[in-house]
Amino acid sequence: MAENTVNNDIIKEENLVYQKTKLMTDNVLHYCPGCGHGTAHRLVMEVVEEMDIQSETIGVAPVGCSVFAYNYMDVDMQEAAHGRAPALATGIKRLFPDKFVFTYQGDGDLAAIGTAETIHSCNRGENITIIFINNGIYGMTGGQMAPTTIEGMKSSTSPYGRDIKLMGNPLKITELVAQLPGTYYVTRQAVHTPAAVRRAKKAIRKAFENQKLKKGVSFIEIVSNCNSGWKMTPNDSNQWMVDNMFPFYPLGDIKVPEK
Amino acid sequence: MKELRLMKGNEAIAEAAIRAGADGYFGYPITPQSEVLEYLMAEKPEERTGMVVLQAESEIAAINMVYGGAGCGKKVMTSSSSPGISLKQEGITYIAGAELPCMILNVVRGGPGLGTIQPAQSDYFQAVKGGGHGDYKLIVLAPASVQEMYDFVELSFELAFKYRNPAMILSDGAIGQMMEKVEIGEQKKRLTDQEVKEKYPWATTGKDANRERNIITSLELDPVKQEQFNLKLQAKYKEMEEKEVRFEEIQTEDAEYLFVAYGTSSRICEKSVQLARKKGIKVGLLRPITLFPFPKKRLLELAGKVKGMLSVEMSTGQMVEDVKLAVEHKVPVIHYGRMGGIIPSPAEIVEVLEQKFL
Repeated sequence: MAENTVNNDIIKEENLVYQKTKLMTDNVLHYCPGCGHGTAHRLVMEVVEEMDIQSETIGVAPVGCSVFAYNYMDVDMQEAAHGRAPALATGIKRLFPDKFVFTYQGDGDLAAIGTAETIHSCNRGENITIIFINNGIYGMTGGQMAPTTIEGMKSSTSPYGRDIKLMGNPLKITELVAQLPGTYYVTRQAVHTPAAVRRAKKAIRKAFENQKLKKGVSFIEIVSNCNSGWKMTPNDSNQWMVDNMFPFYPLGDIKVPEK
Repeated sequence: MKELRLMKGNEAIAEAAIRAGADGYFGYPITPQSEVLEYLMAEKPEERTGMVVLQAESEIAAINMVYGGAGCGKKVMTSSSSPGISLKQEGITYIAGAELPCMILNVVRGGPGLGTIQPAQSDYFQAVKGGGHGDYKLIVLAPASVQEMYDFVELSFELAFKYRNPAMILSDGAIGQMMEKVEIGEQKKRLTDQEVKEKYPWATTGKDANRERNIITSLELDPVKQEQFNLKLQAKYKEMEEKEVRFEEIQTEDAEYLFVAYGTSSRICEKSVQLARKKGIKVGLLRPITLFPFPKKRLLELAGKVKGMLSVEMSTGQMVEDVKLAVEHKVPVIHYGRMGGIIPSPAEIVEVLEQKFL
């Protein structure tokens, strides 16, 4: 058969270097090409798969670009109202204290409309994992200013750049929740390079492992790009993120469990 | 022997929740219903049955904790009073849209705004017409005594799970605060996690290899599917209207006039019936127990028998609209109500009846 160009000699287990994570569904991602959401989704599901906790995991999806996270993550999930994911997660975890419960939220969801739910679930020390994707913009609604939009950054509602005097300061909510006694592990990561992806995955793994200890919230911020909202190519957006976002939102652990 | 206790309406709700085998309560203090949370905290239901009780940071958080718990197939509830119930409307419409069972208690106080802490019945529209955005309905039960506060907890959970729909107990500050004798039921066992998993296969209990993942959501962007979902909800509400209407009738057999009243107003009207009959006026009372579904059919039947209906409600006139719709202009319907925490007297209501109809 001339059409068949697959060399069956190559398809051998020892040659397998990369494959789709089993816990990501076959649904086509609706995210813009170049967006970090797909990678972040995958990392969460890789961790669930590697820990073999699919049947013990319940996720909460937010409102925003990742509103359809449940279409891609092959675990039981609940879709929250805008900002309320940590409240749902609290209800779930309190009633199923031995399940692994996580929220996946964007910056508008977690740091604006859901600030109260974020602060109080962190302060109560709910034994959940919060995955916080910070791209400094409201992506889903078309690129409006977010609580995390940095000074001077342009958006559709700050078309001349964020003016601090007029629009207030960007909120470093991750540093804020790190101050609360109910958070156990707080870190800021990225997924724009293979090295960053490896570090982010390690952090997510740790955050899920922490749930067994019942010592409070594990909070993972992932600073990410929004090439469509920022009106840049994917590569340019990643470079812009490195040059502009990282200085304001420096990567690394902010609060680590005491040994 | 049956266990009798003297209890406040709010305490009866709390005790009934523990005894009904509820799994969780999430609340936030507001007058005149704070005793629900206080009673639960004092009773340590975690030790009695394993029931979770948590004081949330806001009514919004509390109703969303209920959403999370209900999505897990657990028997969960919240309580509040009017301004707090307004805050909960976001969560309630999401819960209705995600077709989750739960119980919400509203111990109504007068409004609008902060209004007053005194009893009122001015949240009728909000309770029976949905309350939040979108086309949805709650199952609404209106207790008229502390005993019914107790009894309706189990009933509301039963109906909520039967239809996978939020149920509301629409009480008021008078019934929440008054003390009456209550007959306490047996302690029901809470379902185990395994029982929940088997009984509610739709719940997010963790995806096993033998089933698809469960998704709890109210989101559907496909217009055709969204319309079909709305039609499915409407079919559910129609079924409730056919099967779940509950009401009580007092001296309607020979009645020439009819009071229509629920909750506190119905208690006053009971006395008004006696006073009117002493004067030779044949009056009866229809007390809707379910406000949604509303006893429309029975009211229409009675419209053919009586000369007039007086809808009594501690509001400017909300339920009267449903009474009018039900009787299809076959009989004059008039509203009488007091506001601001004022409860009308039995004699006052008879006077209005005489003035308007005789």
